[in-house]
Amino acid sequence: MAEFIAYLIAGIATGAIYALAAIGFTLVWQTSQTINFAQGEFVMLPAVLVLLAIKLFGAPIWLGALIGIAAFILIFGAGFKLAVVDPMIKHGVLPLAIATMALSIIMKEGAKDAFSAEAQNFPSFVPTQTISVFGASISLQHLAIIIVAFAVIGLLQWFVGGTRLGRQMQATAQNPTVARILGIPVERMVLLTFVINAALAVVASALISPIYLAKFSNGEVIGLFAFIAAIVGGFNQVRGALVGGLVVGIVDSMAAAYISTSYRLAVPLVLLVVIILLKPEGLMGRKEERRV
Amino acid sequence: MKMQWILATALSAALGLPALAQDKVKLVDVVELSGAGATAGTNWKNGIDLAVADINAKGGILGKQIEITHYDTQTNPGNTRAAVQRAIDEGTYAVLGPVFSGPIGASMQIAQRAEIAQFVGGEAANLTMQGNKYLFRTSLSQTAAMPKIAAYLKNTVKAGSVAVVWVNNDFGKGGRDAILPELEKAGIKVAVDVATEQGQADFAADAIKVKNSNADAIFVYLNEEESARFLRAAKQQGVTKPMVGETTLLGSKVIELAGEAANGVKGHVGLSIDAPIPAFQEFGKKFQAKYNYVSDHNGLKGYMAVYMIKWATEKQKTFDKKGVADTLRGATIKPSDEPGIMIETTIEQNGDLDRESFLAEVKDGKQVITATLPKIKP
Repeated sequence: MAEFIAYLIAGIATGAIYALAAIGFTLVWQTSQTINFAQGEFVMLPAVLVLLAIKLFGAPIWLGALIGIAAFILIFGAGFKLAVVDPMIKHGVLPLAIATMALSIIMKEGAKDAFSAEAQNFPSFVPTQTISVFGASISLQHLAIIIVAFAVIGLLQWFVGGTRLGRQMQATAQNPTVARILGIPVERMVLLTFVINAALAVVASALISPIYLAKFSNGEVIGLFAFIAAIVGGFNQVRGALVGGLVVGIVDSMAAAYISTSYRLAVPLVLLVVIILLKPEGLMGRKEERRV
Repeated sequence: MKMQWILATALSAALGLPALAQDKVKLVDVVELSGAGATAGTNWKNGIDLAVADINAKGGILGKQIEITHYDTQTNPGNTRAAVQRAIDEGTYAVLGPVFSGPIGASMQIAQRAEIAQFVGGEAANLTMQGNKYLFRTSLSQTAAMPKIAAYLKNTVKAGSVAVVWVNNDFGKGGRDAILPELEKAGIKVAVDVATEQGQADFAADAIKVKNSNADAIFVYLNEEESARFLRAAKQQGVTKPMVGETTLLGSKVIELAGEAANGVKGHVGLSIDAPIPAFQEFGKKFQAKYNYVSDHNGLKGYMAVYMIKWATEKQKTFDKKGVADTLRGATIKPSDEPGIMIETTIEQNGDLDRESFLAEVKDGKQVITATLPKIKP
């Protein structure tokens, strides 16, 4: 039982990271009806930028973090929306999706060339100790990931549902035309969504990089699993992304523990196929109908 | 008159170019500069560059300067094959690299067909069991290293059971297949056998599995970055049993990436800049001064590979590509004959190496050599 609890907590921690990244998929989907295939790289890059800022400016960690995070949110939050989404969305969602694929490659190769092809140490804000829960040794780092990720997701839910600005954002996502008629600054709301997506990526990056180490290729795994999580949970619901992330994280951990590490990647993919066949809108998603 | 000048210039350039090319010997390094093998490959490349700079500064090989080219394989076997073929087509004198056993296995037949010596960093036992007379290791093979590890686990760690954690690639599978019979011979039980994937990022489940096996010690046989991630995950899960490894686990990059989690790691190392050999330490200082980080064993391997080529060429007194392999097989290179080789090295007929090796431990973030082991055939 203690062993099972340990696997479960590890799975929830990993799943919480996938959830943060998966929420980014849903936010971009809701505002631009497209898939950001660079979402994994969005999680990879903040850690790299922080380390790059420390290396280039000889800055202390806190200043490096400040510079790296600010640069990331500015360039890949606001800048992504203004430089990639706005010009491409006029030509339909497919060109935009392809543009995000190109962006993903540019981010990855750019990080490799400007930073390093090798993994680098990323500082952790939590000590590497364990506590005992029902006889199982639980990593403080995993607990911190779960607490921070859930707090951030809770904050986001409160912001979206409980504040005027959040409701305007929601209205924009549901029907931009009506929102505009109601006087909501639609463009600003869309921009805010992209900035929030970038901020979530920063949190995910800060939580996962001490474990995965900062490396240009980290986005590949995170992006794939977050994408699966978003589909499993429901692409059009933030809470769906949360559930999907946790399900995928737990399934991944259990597969590695009780099936085989070699097949751990395959198991979430099987889950994805099953969900698409049985509940195409995802576990928590709502059915969308469109006239063509 | 102007036309004559142009013709004269063109003629002298045309005559001069081959002369210039003849003053150089071309070496191509086919190596993992990105992908899963980037850490090992970058050290290997830098070691080679250091050797080339040293040799060129002292007049080159038989009076010719070395011209070195590096091709990044991205740790991809297909790319490696293409790069080795390209190196041969471009007229390389010998092929250097790659470092990872999988890409070596996929590409070694190309150099063999061209009868060109290939110097590799791989440790997988099967590489030198295929009758390839042109393949030369720069490190000890797993067949040579694993008996030493098993003896260490039995006699020093006093382990009755061991958890074996290995990476599911040619290097890891070779290591696992080599250690299991040795453990059995030593009467050590395998408590759990954990396969992991190359490039794996999350080792939490593996660390929990190892912890719950209650093994007396853990034998970790992963590549550099994965080793560091596993050590960190093991620390996060509160694994306290001794971690024992072979060369890679005690490498400088692993120690740097794993941080505190590397302290206490023990094992066998084939090469180390911390070994009690002045030439190794001198190399370590030169490497650090040039690249601003500490070289791991792959830096030493790359450096020594170039000196193996230099020694063989000077021995045969000509740039005969095929002759390099013929000269090296069965040879023993002593530092008194070629200081760049740094440690007496015997090259077996199959391309394996025999030389002294070391037992080491990580203390306060540094590798400390605790014993020197003799050559297998002194």
